Amino acid sequence: MSLWPLSPEEIEALGLSVRIAAWSTLASLPAAVLAAFVLARYRFWGKEVLNALLHMPLVLPPVVTGYLLLLLLGRRGLVGAWLEQTFGVVLAFRWTGAVVAAAVVAFPLMVRPIRLSLEAIDRRLESAAATLGANRLWTWLTVTLPLCLPGMVVGAILGFTRSLGEFGATITFVSNIPGETQTLSLAVHSALQVPGREPGAMRLTVIIIVVTVVALVASEMLGRYVARRTQG
Amino acid sequence: MLEVDVKRRLGDFGIEARFSSDKGVTALFGRSGAGKTSIVNMVSGLLKPDEGRIEVGGHVLFDSGAGIDLPPWKRRIGYVFQEGRLFPHLTVRSNLLYGWRFAPAAERRLGLEQVVALLDLGALLKRRPRSLSGGEKQRVAVGRALLSNPRALLMDEPLASLDVLMKNEILPYIERLDETGIPVLYVSHSLDEVSRLARNLVLVSGGRVTRSGGADEILSDLEQWSPGDETEIGTMLATRVSRHDSEAGLTHLDFRGGELRVPLVDIPAGVAVRVWIRARDVSVATEPPRGLSLRNVLKGTLVEIGPDDDAGPLAELRMRIGDAPLTALVTRQAVRELALAPGREIYALIKSATLDRRQLSLVAAMAGPDRDA
Repeated sequence: MSLWPLSPEEIEALGLSVRIAAWSTLASLPAAVLAAFVLARYRFWGKEVLNALLHMPLVLPPVVTGYLLLLLLGRRGLVGAWLEQTFGVVLAFRWTGAVVAAAVVAFPLMVRPIRLSLEAIDRRLESAAATLGANRLWTWLTVTLPLCLPGMVVGAILGFTRSLGEFGATITFVSNIPGETQTLSLAVHSALQVPGREPGAMRLTVIIIVVTVVALVASEMLGRYVARRTQG
Repeated sequence: MLEVDVKRRLGDFGIEARFSSDKGVTALFGRSGAGKTSIVNMVSGLLKPDEGRIEVGGHVLFDSGAGIDLPPWKRRIGYVFQEGRLFPHLTVRSNLLYGWRFAPAAERRLGLEQVVALLDLGALLKRRPRSLSGGEKQRVAVGRALLSNPRALLMDEPLASLDVLMKNEILPYIERLDETGIPVLYVSHSLDEVSRLARNLVLVSGGRVTRSGGADEILSDLEQWSPGDETEIGTMLATRVSRHDSEAGLTHLDFRGGELRVPLVDIPAGVAVRVWIRARDVSVATEPPRGLSLRNVLKGTLVEIGPDDDAGPLAELRMRIGDAPLTALVTRQAVRELALAPGREIYALIKSATLDRRQLSLVAAMAGPDRDA
């Protein structure tokens, strides 16, 4: 079994995986920061319920998450039908749907470190900014956000790696379509379904390991750099 | 000009403070827990008074009657906190300039170069807060507040977290704040700092202002403080440098009751200087003493012996030296043996070496005609 060169199908699956994981991370990050901020700073009625809801994808079997997404965002789903009629956007069985599935599953993993990071910020620094003339928004942008950057980096790393490995919710929601929704993990699954394609599965597995290790090393370095910048 | 009249309940504790201050340093002076920090927090807008009015330089910042309550970022009040609160993710330079952009261009009297020169920050600009010493951090914090070009500056025990050496390193810089013309409200429970820095004094006790006015006047009126208070008793003397005797290594200071000799200081003749004389550094004699090493022997009259309750081994002797007050702390036993009683002629002895530079504060920069020694 030789690893090199990769077949066009493998390159396609690899590219798709990275693209889906990247978009999923980018799309989740602002929402995760907002959710973390609300949970870290505000007390309101129903906060525990919201917290539980946000963490649902972490504990639900991914296949259930995928099924719920299908019910909600499928072409006949409550939101899905509306999206198609109003914007002509279809998520089901498209790579964009895979992004949504990955984002939903990765979301709680991203919220947690950002929230911890926000809670660790010395709020007296924000009062100091206010006495210097900075209003709330400016204080948030120039003090709060930069100081929770380490948490955002950790959250993004966790989100990206979780998205990269997403399987259950994706296959349930957007199926396993080569070139559209077949990411590396789905490709491994397909390969294992066909007798005699185990070597292919093994090649894909090695690719996944390499990609994950590279992502983790790069993110570790980024995390250290950011921590150094923010802690002075 | 700063006018404060605020009320606020904090649990069981109530704050009711009313005072006004002019330019220069006004010290809010009292024990820890007296409510000083809450008062400045109300001025800054970080704590909302239940009712009252706050006005700075003609701008109303808070008026419960008129429904005015400016948020902190619109008050333009600089604040130097006890712990500095520098932004850890920014360089010293960026910290300094943080508030600068918010000051209207027409009101930017102080720029980066001036503040860097005033506080000697040139070597620190590229560094980050974590690598600074405590004293350097506080200097940057002062500079950052100044550069926001505030209408008034609040300083909440800015030296409390520093050791003695660092304090002495930073005090001269704070003395120089007077040059900027910005009114300063300085919170402290240290008599040392207050006597050295303050032009006006507001005494705070139990959430209330018990007295306010000129610092010289209040500080020399030490009936205000009883022993056992954490503030040390002593006398503030208004003096003027008369001449330097470099051969003897002494500087002569004139005051209303005579002359004081202190170790040589580099303050030009004619300059007004406040001297803080700790009561425990003063001894007394009933006859003119001879064969003594002491350089300061001042003839005066014993006015009063306190405290009245006869408690404790020490007595405060309140004297008049010419027109000036002076307090000595001696043992009750000495009072008995010397048969000291009010009205008696007495010689006060002060060791020159106890009057080093730390006991002296310059009032030159702020001295008006009313401050003549």
